[in-house]
Amino acid sequence: MIKVSNLHKSFGKIKAVRGISFEVRDGEITGLLGPNGAGKTTTLRMLYSLLPPDEGEIRIDGLDPTKDAMAIKHTLGVVPDSRGLYTRMSARENIAYYGKLHGMSGKDINTRIAELVDTLDMGDFIERRTEGFSQGQRVKVAIARAMVHTPQTVMLDEPSNGLDVMSTRALRRYILGLKNDGHSVILSTHIMQEVAALCDRIVIIAKGRIAADGTAEELLQRSGCDTLEDAFVQLIGSEEGLLA
Amino acid sequence: MSGLGTVYKKEVSENLRDRRSLFNSVLLGPILFPILFIGLAYFAGSKQQERAEKTLEVPVVGAEHAPNLINYLEQQGVVIQTAPEDPEASVKSQEVQVIIRIPGQFTEQWKAGEPAVIEVIADPSRRESDIPMRRVKGLLNSYGARIGQLRLQLRGVSPTLSSPVMVKDVDLSTPQSRGMLVMIMLPYVLMITAFTGGMHLAIDSTAGEKERKSLEPLLINPVPRWQVMLGKMSATATYAFASLVLTLVAFRFAFPLLPTGALGVDLNLSAEAMGGILLAVGPVVILAAAMLTTLAALAKSLREAQSYMGLVFMIPMIPSLIFMVNPMKAETWMMTIPMFSQNLLIGEFVRGESVNLLWLAMSMGSTLLIGLGFVAVAATLFNRPRLVFSS
Repeated sequence: MIKVSNLHKSFGKIKAVRGISFEVRDGEITGLLGPNGAGKTTTLRMLYSLLPPDEGEIRIDGLDPTKDAMAIKHTLGVVPDSRGLYTRMSARENIAYYGKLHGMSGKDINTRIAELVDTLDMGDFIERRTEGFSQGQRVKVAIARAMVHTPQTVMLDEPSNGLDVMSTRALRRYILGLKNDGHSVILSTHIMQEVAALCDRIVIIAKGRIAADGTAEELLQRSGCDTLEDAFVQLIGSEEGLLA
Repeated sequence: MSGLGTVYKKEVSENLRDRRSLFNSVLLGPILFPILFIGLAYFAGSKQQERAEKTLEVPVVGAEHAPNLINYLEQQGVVIQTAPEDPEASVKSQEVQVIIRIPGQFTEQWKAGEPAVIEVIADPSRRESDIPMRRVKGLLNSYGARIGQLRLQLRGVSPTLSSPVMVKDVDLSTPQSRGMLVMIMLPYVLMITAFTGGMHLAIDSTAGEKERKSLEPLLINPVPRWQVMLGKMSATATYAFASLVLTLVAFRFAFPLLPTGALGVDLNLSAEAMGGILLAVGPVVILAAAMLTTLAALAKSLREAQSYMGLVFMIPMIPSLIFMVNPMKAETWMMTIPMFSQNLLIGEFVRGESVNLLWLAMSMGSTLLIGLGFVAVAATLFNRPRLVFSS
């Protein structure tokens, strides 16, 4: 459960986020949709307490990231925009490192990795060094790494960037699985198909502000359009930066 | 604190896998420096010997004014050559290293019993002409002394009267303390090692991690940033210390190979001296690791970090250079200056003298204190949100 109200963040003169509010419920997938540079990544970075907001309030399961960063980080699983795997370490070692940083025991880590290898289908490359991994393999390792401590809240920043069709389908299946297990999932993307296929609620961000917020049907109704694509374009006000 | 340990273990083991950089940072110094040392010592020794034993060939201007002197020089094995047209110019251009000029009034002065002037033309700022010049002066002086004694004897005076004072050298320097090359170079090499041993790891684990974009996901983990920083810094210090130990061990085996005959020096590193040196330089390792981590955290990219490292090489050089230009007596206040104090202390240890424990404590304490200052700076830098972003 995430509650965000009136979030602001500037970098020097650039106002990246100016007044964003939304809610993410447990057992739901919430999509942050917006063109490149709309402020999605900055919003997520404030949620996982990498950046302090200039103004506004964030509550994740009742906790404030500016005060209880460590407690929140225990309940968060984040796949950031930058995957950043260690290429001199095997996939398993990459995942285990994060498990240890979360204070898990070696035994728990091994059990959990076995589960993740199974659900994410990583058997072929789990023992290999991540040097030269394909985008799909890298995303899988990054997801496994983020999920090793079984977090309640999952944040994915552009997870399907650079993936082929097969990997994208597998990824979507996995994200839907998370929702069914009761996790609250927040997903940032600039790909409309992804939002249409996955999200229960859609938050459209443009130029650092909320352009619209609701379920797919609500958005269609509000815009008076027949397709989601037209609805997005109308709500954002331009076609710039969106990908069909 | 378990986060710190986890980061530390990961950095140490991950960097062990990077064979090439491991070789460059940790092993190259311990192999290269001793070889360089032995090579230099042999070269210097053999050059010195060569110049001291070589037949002395000296052009003489106005040889006809002092045939007895020329005879004497030839008896001493000097080969007299005809002088070039312009003696000053040929010395300046280094065609000849030293020239004797006997002016025309030499015979008159000689006959009148006045000190007869002989000029030795040389350029002492050229190090290679130093030895021939000294040999020529030595020969001229001994000729002068001999004639002086003969003159006194002719007048029935005992020659000993003319030497009211006899200076006798009582040499207190131990053979060890004469190894100047080693005395100057060894502290420098050890200081450099304290910096270079961990340099690659410091850059790679901070600036490199930033550039490869793995720092952001790392910092999302529930580990305070100062622990992440200290983990990386401790790994840096561990590598530097390992390199330092290896360098000392390498020198221990290298010293007996130094040409002692040529340098008149007999050096060895006892186990106690090595222990003392490690104790003295240990705080420098921590200071170096903290400085490197600070710089790496400041840099936005690997390339920027690497360009800072050039500066880092200068830091340990400064005290060694000061000491080289102006060797000074160690005093208590000097022990508060990091790297300079270690320079002096290493000298004492190698000389095999007992080291003032207060000095050692002061040196360690002040260096550690400044090191901790840098640790605090690095921790502050790690806490800036900006740390994560490479541009």
